[in-house]
Amino acid sequence: MIRKEILRYTAGQRTNHWLVAILFFMAALSGLALFHPALFWLSNLFGGGPWTRILHPFMGVVMFVLFLGLVIRFWRANFFIRNDGLWLKRIDRVIQNEEEGVPPIGKYNPGQKLLFWTLLACMLALLLTGLVIWRAYFSVYFGITAIRWAMLLHALAGFVLVLSIIIHIYAGIWIKGSISAMVHGWVSRAWAKKHHELWYREVTRDEHPDPPISKKG
Amino acid sequence: MTNHWTDIANANLVLVMGGNAAEAHPCGFKWVTEAKSHNKARLIVVDPRFTRTASVADYYAPIRTGTDIAFMGGLINYLLTEDKIQHEYVRNYTDVSFIVKAGYGFEDGIFSGYDAAKRSYTDKSGWGYELGEDGFAKVDPTLQDPRCVYQLMKQHYSRYNIDLASQICGMPVDAMQKIWDEIATCSVPGKTMTILYALGWTQHSIGSQIIRSAAMVQLLLGNVGMPGGGVNALRGHSNIQGLTDLGLLSNSLPGYLTLPSDAEQEYAGYITKRTQKPLRPGQLSYWQNYSKFHVSLMKAWYGGNATAENNWAYDYLPKLDIPNYDILKMFDLMGQGKVNGYMCQGFNPIAALPDKNRVMAALAKLKWLVVMDPLSTETSEFWRNVGPYNDVKSTDIQTEVIRLPTTCFAEEDGSLVNSSRWLQWHWKGADGPGEAQTDIRIMAELFLRLRQRYEAKGGAYPDPILKLSWQYKISDEPSPEELAKEINGYATTDFIDATGAAIKGNAQLAAFSQLKDDGSTASGCWIFCGSWTETGNQMARRDNSDPYGMHQHLGWAWAWPANRRILYNRASADPQGKPWDPKKRLVWWNGKVWGGTDVPDYKADVPPEAGMNPFIMNPEGVARFFAVDKMNEGPFPEHYEPFETPIGINPLHPTNKKATSNPAARIFDSVWDSLGVAKDYPYAATSYRLTEHFHFWSKHCKLNAITQPEQFVEIGEVLAKEKGIVAGDRVRVSCKRGHIEAVAVVTKRIRPLQVNGQVVHQIGIPLHWGFTGLTRHGYLTNTLVPFLGDGNTQTPESKSFLVNVEKV
Amino acid sequence: MASQDIIARSATTTVPPSVRNQEEVAKLIDTTKCIGCKACQVACSEWNELRADVGHCLGTYENPQDLSAETWTLMRFTEHETDAGNLEWLIRKDGCMHCAEPGCLAACPSPGAIIKHVNGIVDFNQDHCIGCGYCITGCPFNIPRISQKDHKAYKCTLCSDRVEVGLEPACVKTCPTGAIVFGTKEDMKEHAAERIVDLKSRGFENAGLYDPAGVGGTHVMYVLHHADTPQLYAGLAKDPAISPLVGLWKGVSKPLGLLAMGLAVLAGFFHYVRIGPQVVEEDEMPPPLKDPAVHEVDPSVHTFDPRGENRP
Repeated sequence: MIRKEILRYTAGQRTNHWLVAILFFMAALSGLALFHPALFWLSNLFGGGPWTRILHPFMGVVMFVLFLGLVIRFWRANFFIRNDGLWLKRIDRVIQNEEEGVPPIGKYNPGQKLLFWTLLACMLALLLTGLVIWRAYFSVYFGITAIRWAMLLHALAGFVLVLSIIIHIYAGIWIKGSISAMVHGWVSRAWAKKHHELWYREVTRDEHPDPPISKKG
Repeated sequence: MTNHWTDIANANLVLVMGGNAAEAHPCGFKWVTEAKSHNKARLIVVDPRFTRTASVADYYAPIRTGTDIAFMGGLINYLLTEDKIQHEYVRNYTDVSFIVKAGYGFEDGIFSGYDAAKRSYTDKSGWGYELGEDGFAKVDPTLQDPRCVYQLMKQHYSRYNIDLASQICGMPVDAMQKIWDEIATCSVPGKTMTILYALGWTQHSIGSQIIRSAAMVQLLLGNVGMPGGGVNALRGHSNIQGLTDLGLLSNSLPGYLTLPSDAEQEYAGYITKRTQKPLRPGQLSYWQNYSKFHVSLMKAWYGGNATAENNWAYDYLPKLDIPNYDILKMFDLMGQGKVNGYMCQGFNPIAALPDKNRVMAALAKLKWLVVMDPLSTETSEFWRNVGPYNDVKSTDIQTEVIRLPTTCFAEEDGSLVNSSRWLQWHWKGADGPGEAQTDIRIMAELFLRLRQRYEAKGGAYPDPILKLSWQYKISDEPSPEELAKEINGYATTDFIDATGAAIKGNAQLAAFSQLKDDGSTASGCWIFCGSWTETGNQMARRDNSDPYGMHQHLGWAWAWPANRRILYNRASADPQGKPWDPKKRLVWWNGKVWGGTDVPDYKADVPPEAGMNPFIMNPEGVARFFAVDKMNEGPFPEHYEPFETPIGINPLHPTNKKATSNPAARIFDSVWDSLGVAKDYPYAATSYRLTEHFHFWSKHCKLNAITQPEQFVEIGEVLAKEKGIVAGDRVRVSCKRGHIEAVAVVTKRIRPLQVNGQVVHQIGIPLHWGFTGLTRHGYLTNTLVPFLGDGNTQTPESKSFLVNVEKV
Repeated sequence: MASQDIIARSATTTVPPSVRNQEEVAKLIDTTKCIGCKACQVACSEWNELRADVGHCLGTYENPQDLSAETWTLMRFTEHETDAGNLEWLIRKDGCMHCAEPGCLAACPSPGAIIKHVNGIVDFNQDHCIGCGYCITGCPFNIPRISQKDHKAYKCTLCSDRVEVGLEPACVKTCPTGAIVFGTKEDMKEHAAERIVDLKSRGFENAGLYDPAGVGGTHVMYVLHHADTPQLYAGLAKDPAISPLVGLWKGVSKPLGLLAMGLAVLAGFFHYVRIGPQVVEEDEMPPPLKDPAVHEVDPSVHTFDPRGENRP
């Protein structure tokens, strides 16, 4: 039995993540129902077309608000550092599961960081364009051209978001231990060292007698 | 209308002036579009505003409200001086050659015989023809005699040159010339202009004379009696034609018979005066039959109680002590406290009459007011305070108001007479709501109760009530069919008619030519005789076939008189009896008899050589340019300014104050103080109706209310800019009699006019809103209209008055 | 229903029944004959049982102020001064144009909420409408409106219920001047051609038929005095077409988007199959630095707790 000793996500973070995930699935499935006729059957999941139309924007707004929680929790960890550039250059090796020449990285790898910022951008775009095309409350305040642009951008942002999440999910499946980290919160030392060595070092530095001066407030 | 709706399709030129046919008569207007698309007709619109009609016109020109006689007078002058008249027509079918009496004169705007103190022409003896020793009028076929109508007319209108006409009308000279040129092309035989007018001509202090001036133009062009010609009044109410036909005016009897005056106590004198002998040899002078129509009417009313012995109940008829008790007169008397009660049937006087505040004050003096109406009219609620829209103190009004809800036209069978003089039968579409009763039922019960009272208590003179014939199967609700049959007429006994046919007693009569003055016929309205014959209800016919392709449709409903569609249609043929133009054929002489696409307005068996002329109702047999004594302002129309004139003078008579406005108009002494002047109220206003609404009725209908929900006034862009008014602002329109407030519609369609060296702005004020109904509350527009009227018809001057406009 | 076989259906990617060959119908609105009486507006309200609110006058003849779920057709009035200084009052009956290539239908996400009949009528089926308003976005003429009562989209149906049983639309029936006529599209074009000859003879050099090709032609057409400048008529589109934005949104981009998503999933799958997961080999793991007992007693002291990560 592998001992997992490092807490990667607290209960609050995990809860927040999974709430966002649930809302994403609802918003995405309802959005996809309206995205293309081939997927309109998805509207049945929400009680039919009109309910899909009614619920989708609310789900979107709730998703956005919850996602803001994640942003507040994680935004600082998603700043790029020097090694990230090199890591990205060697992404081919990462994909091949090779480790040679792949530099050590922090709590999040640059792929995750890119995802984070992409999600943020998409969420913002979806919110703003979504308000413009929200017939029940806001569309009356906008001209037809603005609405047409918003429609297009909303669909585009939704598309990018869904695509990003597909990658995100697969990455979780691919990198064994990630899902359990988000489920249980804990990772093993080996996992942390292998995937996020700089973070691992940082974490283990805490274990030296001298307390980190910057971490306690 | 001399002609009729479908006949408009025969026109080559349509002049809409003094009306807004597309707006007020959209359904009839389809025949204008027919003429345009199938007859290549052109449409000219002359109006103070660029109207909905103008929007589909080939040419539009603006005119200052109330100056149409200047336009028409100028046109008459132009046609005469340029010799653009239908010579043969004018020479044969009009009075141009008649010699006028020496007593006739005209000086600086006033005709001979004027009494300034009485404001009327008390001596009209000069307004007639010189009669020869044979009793016939003298004529000069060469038209050279300076006293002949042609020369007098030419002289009268020589003053109306185009520059002066343009100065009065505010219409640019080039626009005026263009229209006149185009109208002049219709002097060619076979090319006709129709003139469509409505209240834009009648509602002036000179309304009747405006219409006469138009008739003169049409006579000069040879367009009267022609298909696609004529002078055509587009009646406002669906049955207002029926109202005048049935004589619902204070001095009228049904069929344009007239009530006797106080001086006419003798039956024989009454008849003789109205039985006009021909003024020229060989003429029909149809009013020679007056006694037949009159006796038949009295038989219809009094049945067996009208006998030769009692002069056919002549004494039962009221005798007028004054020329007439028109509506202005009645309300003037009411205002003086001389009227106690008022039965108001299908009428909304505080909305429809001029000077609402004056009308309100008059109603408040009544002891009782009965309102019979399908709707809750403003009149029935005149005592109710509705904020600024009806700012009255209810406790000060002691009038008892009784409302009797009636059915509306769609809730009863009956007939309507439209502008074409067609009597069209209609069938009930639904039962009336609630306690609504038909007007017939209410009036019948009223009569029966009155009769009961007279029977029980006697009275000063009960006979006119007690002797009235009342033979209806259900006495408290005669059926429309019974009434229609009675109005048509029936034989009271077996008799032989003029053609030798034997008529059985009680048989429905086939035509008014069967009427007799010996008591053997009864007819409630002689001109309607033929509408319900032994073969049934002619008004219910719906055969729209048109065998000659001339848009006459003789099988559709029934037109008075005698199912004749175009009046004076004998004039559509030349003196030899051949149509002026084969494409414009109506009736013609086939060698034995007159016939054709219409019922001849003529004695059918009189050959052309006999020299009988087409205007058979006139003792002259011809049409009159010279109105003799028929009009109250004079034999020739003369331009007079509206009583509230924006320019202060009559440019034709700048120094004669008496001739500024109509010297013989209907105006009461108490009204002068309520008239404003241009210094205080600089803008010329005109009131009108919109297509979205019907008078004050349709504001009670949701759909109409949606299409025009709120009162507005129309202001030209130039004036609006001067006044800082933009579209949608609320403005206050005031005159000396009161004010209204409404939303401003700022428009390019009203342009400032150059009139007599000054700029005149016009304001358009639609009138449909009030303080009952489903639209937003509005002010009664007629608050602004002066309480005065035309000298002949007493129609109020709703189309020309002065106002001021301010942004609220 | 034979006269109204459905030939196109919103959010449907297969071909609907289209074997039967039927004539297309059209309504021709002759603005040069129109007097703006609004009888068509009222007839539309009566036939379709629509009642808008009693509104306000905002300084124009137009009422109601705009199309709505309760106002499917509306007279729009424009005062226009020509270069020659002549005034024209251009009155246009606004409403659905029944495009041959309807933008609303292209944009609609709900299968069968918008249908096009073989006779050319474009009809909304409120039962299938989900109220998203995409049809408004798709329409090049800005016609459909969402009801605030039931959140369904509404517009002129060209009285498909009347046409179905051989009647003309209510507005056509009521038009007093014959400015609105109805028949086969071919006949209407022929009638329009006659009208245009007449108009040209009256000095309207640019008179013409409005049947814009950009939307494949329409089944509501106008005769205009100034066919060269339809914008004069309360902003009638000169060259209407489905907006490129809408084209992009509803065109190829969406199938491509779907494809991309599908490919992404597949890519992951095959990556997993071919390269496999990244598993942490536990021998790589360094020994614990501290006494596990201590760790067990108080893990927070010895482990990294991200809760403290962002604290100042």
